[in-house]
Amino acid sequence: MDSMLKSLRSVIGLLIGVVFGFLLQKGGVTRYDVIVGQLLLEDFTVFKVMASAVITGMIGVHLLRSLGMVRLHPKPGSVGSSALGGLIFGVGFALLGYCSGTIAGAVGQGSIDALVGGIGGGLLGSGIFAELYPRLEEKVLRKGDFGDATFPEILGLNCWLVVVPAALVLLGILFWVERMGL
Amino acid sequence: MLEYLKMDLWSPYVVGAGIGVLNLFAFLLSDKPIGCSTAYSRTSGMIEKLFRGSKVDEKAYYRKFEPVIDWEVMLVAGIVIGAFLSASISGEFRLETVPALWAERFGTDPLLRIAVAFLGGVLVGLGARWAGGCTSGHGISGTLQLAASSWLAVICFFIGGITTAMILFRAGI
Repeated sequence: MDSMLKSLRSVIGLLIGVVFGFLLQKGGVTRYDVIVGQLLLEDFTVFKVMASAVITGMIGVHLLRSLGMVRLHPKPGSVGSSALGGLIFGVGFALLGYCSGTIAGAVGQGSIDALVGGIGGGLLGSGIFAELYPRLEEKVLRKGDFGDATFPEILGLNCWLVVVPAALVLLGILFWVERMGL
Repeated sequence: MLEYLKMDLWSPYVVGAGIGVLNLFAFLLSDKPIGCSTAYSRTSGMIEKLFRGSKVDEKAYYRKFEPVIDWEVMLVAGIVIGAFLSASISGEFRLETVPALWAERFGTDPLLRIAVAFLGGVLVGLGARWAGGCTSGHGISGTLQLAASSWLAVICFFIGGITTAMILFRAGI
């Protein structure tokens, strides 16, 4: 029974991945040119996809949570981990032109730079982190630790008082981006 | 319906809303947010085990994230299949080593492109594990939960990315 449940979980993971990959490719965000175009602030496709996913998912997940149907899983963070790791990731993101998810999509559409360079590099980089982890954990990752707090918890507000303004701000930026013709 | 599936590109808003709804399914069916970078760490551990055996399991990081095939690895495998389906249906599947934008700036040498992609990949793999997530885990799934860690991480992804891209493509070499 346990192993059946485990296989079912894996099949669900695979199916969610198939739909995710399909959507990423149809959105054009598995293309190097589109991702680097975003980082050069010339093509806002990546931002449009991310912001509309966040608006939809944010409203949906908080609705489901209010109904008691899902639990949140916010990741813990710290300045040493989220900010420093984020900057390292960002430099790699621009050099590679894909990220961890879109690179898998790029492989699916035939991008050889993604398969040979990117996946190989990504696996090596993850391995390097596992090797450095004990030392980093002690010296860097705990600096400026703020745990797995969410903005409604930090502000002490009902989640909808954060969800609604955040959705409106993102919508406003999307309208502005469209008006600028980006 | 078929015509729509055959299109090269969909509106980014349709795609984004679809990814948002897909995240809800991940929460409902798997009690997990969508995230991709853990899969690389697990796979990297599995490869290391081929060479160094089971002592790899004793590494502190792999005690936290066991190097086995699980939900996240299946998710990333699914992305390859899904993107392949999408690109095949629309006739957009093509083998390409040097993207057009890269070629315009740095020429068409495939080795240079692959070397830089490899270096970028190392930093993406390292940075994603360092930050505890990537563009999907922090950038979409974490920000939509309004997690402070994810908003800080995604802002830093783009600060690092925009700065590097501007230096690469706009500096007067």
